[in-house]
Amino acid sequence: MTAALEIDGLRVEYPRGEDGTFAAVDDLSLVIGAGEIHALVGESGAGKSTVGNCIMGLLDPPGRITAGSIRVASRSLDIATGQVEGLRPGRDIGAIFQDPMTALNPLFTIGRQLCEGMRHHLKIGRSEARAKALELMRAVEIPDPETRFDQYPHQLSGGQRQRVVIASALSCDPGLLVADEPTTALDVSVQATILDLLRDLASRRKLGVLLITHNMGVVAQISDKVTIMRHGRIVEHGASRQVLGEPRADYARALIGAVPRLDRKLHRFPVTETQNTAETAAQARLAGRVRGATDEGTDLLSLDNVGITYGGGFFGAPGFKAVTGASFTVKRGEIFGIVGESGSGKSSLASAIAGLLPIDEGQMRFCGQPLKMRRGQSVRQAIQMIFQDPYSSLNPRLRTGAAIREPLDFFGAGDGLTPETLFEAVGLPQEAAGRFPHAFSGGQRQRVSIARALAGQPDLLICDEPTSALDVSVQARVLNLLKDLRDRTGLTMLFISHDLSVVRQMCDRVAVMKSGRIVELEEAETLFTRPRDPYTRDLLSLIPTLDGLAPAPQLAGA
Amino acid sequence: MVRMLLSRLAQAMLVMLAVTALSFTMFRFVGDPVQLMSREDASVTEREALRDSLGLNDPILVQYGRFLGRIASGDLGISFRNQRDVAELIAERAPATLELVLVATILSLLVGIPAGVLCALRPNGVLSRLVQSGSLVGISVPTFVTGTLLILVFSVTLRWLPSFGRGQTVDLGWWTTGFLTPSGRAALVLPSLTLALYSMTLIMRLIRSEMIDILSTDYVRFARARGLPSWYIHFRLALKNAMMPVITVTGLQVGSLIAFAIVTETIFQWPGLGLLFMQAVIFVDIPVMTAYLLLVAGVFVVINTLVDLTYALVDPRLRTRGV
Repeated sequence: MTAALEIDGLRVEYPRGEDGTFAAVDDLSLVIGAGEIHALVGESGAGKSTVGNCIMGLLDPPGRITAGSIRVASRSLDIATGQVEGLRPGRDIGAIFQDPMTALNPLFTIGRQLCEGMRHHLKIGRSEARAKALELMRAVEIPDPETRFDQYPHQLSGGQRQRVVIASALSCDPGLLVADEPTTALDVSVQATILDLLRDLASRRKLGVLLITHNMGVVAQISDKVTIMRHGRIVEHGASRQVLGEPRADYARALIGAVPRLDRKLHRFPVTETQNTAETAAQARLAGRVRGATDEGTDLLSLDNVGITYGGGFFGAPGFKAVTGASFTVKRGEIFGIVGESGSGKSSLASAIAGLLPIDEGQMRFCGQPLKMRRGQSVRQAIQMIFQDPYSSLNPRLRTGAAIREPLDFFGAGDGLTPETLFEAVGLPQEAAGRFPHAFSGGQRQRVSIARALAGQPDLLICDEPTSALDVSVQARVLNLLKDLRDRTGLTMLFISHDLSVVRQMCDRVAVMKSGRIVELEEAETLFTRPRDPYTRDLLSLIPTLDGLAPAPQLAGA
Repeated sequence: MVRMLLSRLAQAMLVMLAVTALSFTMFRFVGDPVQLMSREDASVTEREALRDSLGLNDPILVQYGRFLGRIASGDLGISFRNQRDVAELIAERAPATLELVLVATILSLLVGIPAGVLCALRPNGVLSRLVQSGSLVGISVPTFVTGTLLILVFSVTLRWLPSFGRGQTVDLGWWTTGFLTPSGRAALVLPSLTLALYSMTLIMRLIRSEMIDILSTDYVRFARARGLPSWYIHFRLALKNAMMPVITVTGLQVGSLIAFAIVTETIFQWPGLGLLFMQAVIFVDIPVMTAYLLLVAGVFVVINTLVDLTYALVDPRLRTRGV
């Protein structure tokens, strides 16, 4: 049987500086058999998407393939042009993109976008293409395909759009499917169904699938083989069970160890480097500043029947109710988690607590005082926030030192609290203060954000998806930092995430939200071991994990 | 869709009402009509009688109501200068301007869109650099310079095209057109080119920047990954996405071309609305100026409504979202 894809010694170079080059991919070889799902894993910058782009003919200049060969169904792809007689992207290679919200053109109907590829590659007429498209839509389980055919992308949900993308990738019956992060933009429950569909299609249609992903859980759930990349090179490859269960290379072990586990809580995430003493000392100096340390266990924040509505008002038009009847209390010194899928209202709630959004029902109390949208300086200082995207939450024109000095000057810093101390406390060198945000990596930027939030000497730190834009190993370090800060300073945190395994590792108590309501509120241990609500149970069962494969990692020095 | 149309119509009515109020006050406060209409040696009682018969002593709201009534019935007053019905004057001049604007708009779209796409596809090509720098000239040189230059080259030196007037026109009863005679068509070339130059470069630059953004979107990458031919991706798919802002700008451009083709019409002695307005300003011909104000407002309101409707036609997301 011929292989669906053979890559041998692939090297992709980008020019860098004066006549220098940089190899984004170096000496990469892999073989995918028919009906096989091969995962290509690595952190951002590992070169995995570049490999995918080479195969799909989407490698943009100035990048170019300088060595190696790519063979699809035993026909080789011309390295120079990315194309070859009789072998075309679209017909022989199907592509699935990451974000179904942007992969489909908003101005054209689903039907037209499904048909155009078939009409071009297979030279078939309009009605024949329509019949085939409807058949494909049924194959990818889109309900009511006749209606959907004439609808536009914005009328479909994210999951359905991704099904349309998959249908269009399959439309010309390719032997190979390149799926670049096909479920990253989707909620867990949708992700699970899309992964099932991919697995099923691969087996039934004898498709070779190159699955590019950073999510180890996804790899464990559906792939047969896996190749782990770092800096453009293969670190380890083999059968998924074996690589994930007993990784041999150090990097592979570290990467797999950094994945948050869902089955048990660890004290810290296993990361290779240990904390330096300066960091520990700086954190200890912060301890007296953060007021969570005193009166541990008393109520800091309480919400009573809070509702948030967007829009509406004019002519009695009903607005969109983002949150309904949310009640909970956050005690001093604890990490309180809120989890839910997109649209569950968790971020609206965070914004309301931070004073960025008005509430229209119920009331909030902070330190026993009513918490309104308009609030005094002491309250504004006491509640600080860390945002999801470290790239857009820092002003690119402000040196990080100045960004951190701002709250210190504004709120009046006590003696000894300087940007330098704060930088040390979040594990950055003191010199970092003189640099602009673009000189930092994503993880470092998030540390700067944390330092900025700490500069207000808050009682409550709101973390809205603080690590979802970061790689797993970076995520592990940032989460460890947050845990250390809590342990050393007694800081109270409201931790919002869609990732249940992260929440399990971080939080003491957890509220699960669905469609604007809290469906379950429980001690974290109880929630994860004995979930009561059917929705929580569903969510827990749908998360792809590698708990079954990977042994509990040995923690150095704990 | 119907609801959207109705609400747009209501908005348009409001705007027009505001404009009539404005032109009504202009009528009242720019000079005294009695002074202008009566003889030099008319007595105070004669003037008072005239004032009374003109209804100028009635309360302002009553006068305004009467003014609205007249406009609604199509009576725009009598021109002070040539004692003719203003509505008639405008109807006589409008075809000249509208034909000029139509040709100029088609010209700027026909040249601007392909040139913009070309510049986006090959940003570093020789041709696109040439077009790019040429467009700078088009955007920065005022129309009276380009118009005069064109006359100098094509009328005076080469003697290919006429330098003024509409040429021979054919009267269709309700419309006089220059499209049907060779001299009418020849007379259209230079003024429409002069008029089109600015919108042409505007459209080109707009299409270029939009296309560059759109070519890097996921849906264009996805279309390429499906192996669709590049002409199809560029001209059938991406161009439609890039057209959205062009629709708005073209609409506004058409409006301002109709209303403010004054400079071009003056240079080429084009017997259109612009020239009519120029003369009205020189002779303080208030009824003509008032009518012109109403006309310009009307044109913009109609065009903006059309633009909004076109938007909804092109972008399905606006159709379901409603107003």
